[in-house]
Amino acid sequence: MPFPGADEGLVQVEGEEPIRYIERTRLYYRALGYESDYVWATFEDVPFQRLARPLEFARIALITTASPIGLGNRDADGTKRVWSAPVVPAPPALHTDNLAWDKETTHTNDRESYLPIEVARGLAAERVFGALTGRFHGVPTEYSQRKTAMQDAPELLLRLREDGADGAILCPI
Amino acid sequence: MSLVARHLEANGIATVIIGSALDIVEHCGVPRFVFTDFPLGNPCGHPWRRDMQASIVAMALRSLAAATEPRTTTRAPFAWKEDPKWRDRYGRIDPAERERLAALGRARRERQAAALRLKRLPSAG
Repeated sequence: MPFPGADEGLVQVEGEEPIRYIERTRLYYRALGYESDYVWATFEDVPFQRLARPLEFARIALITTASPIGLGNRDADGTKRVWSAPVVPAPPALHTDNLAWDKETTHTNDRESYLPIEVARGLAAERVFGALTGRFHGVPTEYSQRKTAMQDAPELLLRLREDGADGAILCPI
Repeated sequence: MSLVARHLEANGIATVIIGSALDIVEHCGVPRFVFTDFPLGNPCGHPWRRDMQASIVAMALRSLAAATEPRTTTRAPFAWKEDPKWRDRYGRIDPAERERLAALGRARRERQAAALRLKRLPSAG
């Protein structure tokens, strides 16, 4: 299928091996002196849900791992919470410095490169899909898989139901 | 984010992840994944390239609508600009840095222990 906008300057992938982040992270934390390796979540069974409505009518939410500028998603004790904000007006920038990303190679000055609100609104205007939900949502990246699974994911589900979302595009930085 | 996708999906909301850490996402197991082989930081396309970003979001939407089974991974047909060295840099341990990293780790563990002690203090009032 052709890609809209696949014009000059968009380089085809040439079969490079993707980075093995699990292994690199393990070696990095060993070098920091941590004795036990982080255990990444893994599951044999994967849930699957078809989109409840045809794409042209579907309401889709965008989800980010970034925080609001000013870190208003923290409790007084520093606990990070799920947070939400309107897609109109889209925030010019978000806080990403606390996340692990390749700060030597790139930057996050273009918020659309990790949370593409305006791009998605443009596609909705072209009727590629129904509409964005009125809010986007932020989910913290946590060391504790238990907190993500037992607190943050259920909280996000509640908010998506309030928004009437049929589907979600999750964009981890 | 993979755990979040699984929870939403199990509760009736279809999901697709756009991300650049292929091994982590596939190790977990998610319903739909659009893999963009970029440095971590810009999963949805090169900064300021609205055409590329639109292509990637459109791929995610197509996956959302068209996937028929879980663990559906689609690879976006874009590479990272003209800099091939980025794969070697990220998170690599330079042998000359070992002592500095060990000291960094010690300082970090001390900070974490102090923060934990603070959290366990009974709150005033």
